[in-house]
Amino acid sequence: MNLPHPTYGLLAEFDSADRLIEAARKTRDAGYLRIDALSPFPLPELDEALHLPRTRVPMIFLIGGICGGLFGFFMQVYSCVFSYPINVGGRPHYSWPAFIPITFELTILAAGLCGAFGMLILNGLPQHYHPLFNVPQFDLASQNRFFLLIESGDSKFQPNGTGEFLRSLGPISVSEVPR
Amino acid sequence: MSAPSTDIVVSPGSPVLAAGHDYTTVTDKITSVVLQRKSGLPWRLAFAIALLLVMVLTTAVSYLFLRGVGIWGIDIPVAWGFAIINFVWWIGIGHAGTFISAMLYLMRQDWRTSINRFAEAMTLFAVACAGMFPLLHLGRPWEFFWLLPYPNTMWLWPQFRSPLVWDVFAVSTYATISLVFWYVGLIPDLATMRDKAKPSLARTLYAWFALGWRGSARHWQRYQMAYLLLAGLAAPLVVSVHSVVGMDFAAAQLPGWHSTIFPPYFVAGAIFSGFAMVLTLAIPLRWAYGLQDFITIRHLENCAKLMLVTGLIVAYGYAAEAFYGWLSGNEFEMYMNVNRAVGNYHLTYWVLIFCNVIAPQFLWFRAVRRNVWLLFIMSLIVQVGMWMERFVIIVTSLQRDFLPSSWGMYYPTFWDYATLFGTVGFFSLCFLIFVRILPAISISEMRELVHKEAA
Repeated sequence: MNLPHPTYGLLAEFDSADRLIEAARKTRDAGYLRIDALSPFPLPELDEALHLPRTRVPMIFLIGGICGGLFGFFMQVYSCVFSYPINVGGRPHYSWPAFIPITFELTILAAGLCGAFGMLILNGLPQHYHPLFNVPQFDLASQNRFFLLIESGDSKFQPNGTGEFLRSLGPISVSEVPR
Repeated sequence: MSAPSTDIVVSPGSPVLAAGHDYTTVTDKITSVVLQRKSGLPWRLAFAIALLLVMVLTTAVSYLFLRGVGIWGIDIPVAWGFAIINFVWWIGIGHAGTFISAMLYLMRQDWRTSINRFAEAMTLFAVACAGMFPLLHLGRPWEFFWLLPYPNTMWLWPQFRSPLVWDVFAVSTYATISLVFWYVGLIPDLATMRDKAKPSLARTLYAWFALGWRGSARHWQRYQMAYLLLAGLAAPLVVSVHSVVGMDFAAAQLPGWHSTIFPPYFVAGAIFSGFAMVLTLAIPLRWAYGLQDFITIRHLENCAKLMLVTGLIVAYGYAAEAFYGWLSGNEFEMYMNVNRAVGNYHLTYWVLIFCNVIAPQFLWFRAVRRNVWLLFIMSLIVQVGMWMERFVIIVTSLQRDFLPSSWGMYYPTFWDYATLFGTVGFFSLCFLIFVRILPAISISEMRELVHKEAA
């Protein structure tokens, strides 16, 4: 009974960003939840149209940065105060201002690496296979066309009704996405 | 099949993009540089020369490994010769790339869009050239990992209070973050290349590195946030890198080095020479591939304006150095200034003043800023000037320090020049390969710009 639907979903193709945004808004208002919009460049309006939650990427940057900074600072303290103390002209071993540049650099390094890789992991990338790539005209999603996807797993999804609905939004074409 | 959509076309009067472009033309034009166009005679000629210089570099480095740093002109008292001059020069050139990609992004300067990709590539290659020199200068380059803190059987740690060790961290962080920033920016464009290329090994590689990017709104949201935050991290990073390089000098007691003005003045000098390099690369690039629609005269003019501003800061740095040398009443500081102007190396000093202070004043004139040939010549003059600046700072200070008994001269050898020009070849080779295999202009950002300029 719970066999997966033979198609992954339905994909509507639009020729302008504004039409995609409008279509995304209408689809969401019609009650579809498992939807996605695909565009060749970022459209911040889609975040609001699709009701996307705030991203957790900044938190990953912050945590990475804090960990990198603490590691950098205490590595130097451990080295200069405990492991290998050298008396340089009677200056204190715990000369913290001299540790700031490396602490700063390691903060940036860890924040940047955690943030960039964190963004990819949250996005589920790398993911070289995706059903969308089975649709021939989807090649244009990285060039000049705008796409709206309704997944077959959506509770409101009906092969005919959903197709009708998508066609009412004024797309260039509507196609099935084979699995 | 892909008839351009009529309503989204750049309107006339856009300063950053020629009128009439839409998503399709922008995408096709940039990808065609890599996918359709032949390399052409100028490219092949440049490639051959660059390859020749790389061979000179490998010879010079091999001989260095064989014989040691004695093949260079360095000696006591001038122990920091070409290696450190070239290091500072190259790393400075890289700074404009990060300045364009990070600072101008944060300031929402739309004109950065068509130059940031290749400027970032320039940064990476310049940092690669810069990174070679301190390692080659080590004497025993194969022990380079002693610079890093790691548990070792000698029970030793690096001296964390030394700016030279800070430099290791600053430069390696800078190289890593620049690479990550550049790659993250490339992902959507690699997806475009994947979708436009004919089935081939190249297409497989594009697909591989595109990581399966499909332009989902959820992905774009996280991507945009990550890109913004990386820019926010790279902006202070670039300032810190050349500040630390400045502190390498400022922490020493030597007259001409021991000065608090060094970090800011070094950062300004770095961006000054970097914008010169951006112009040196942009002018032939737009000519060779007909990219005048994207890299407009406005872009070149803006680079020239930034060159003028940073050049004035550098000129202020020279004036402040001379003034504080005099104000200090310290005879060594005063002698240092006199020695620069009339001493053994006075020629380099006057070349520096001409290239960095006098020549950039022509950039006040709009006609000069909009003349491609003059700008190209100006950019070369500035690079020579900034190289001379590092020569003057390093050599004239070291060769005449406090005691006349420790005075000396520095004469660069053939191998010094071979290494310098070898890295110029290496840099050019990397850049020439880059423009043939990757989109030299960010396509997704250009489409975003089309969207904005049409609205």
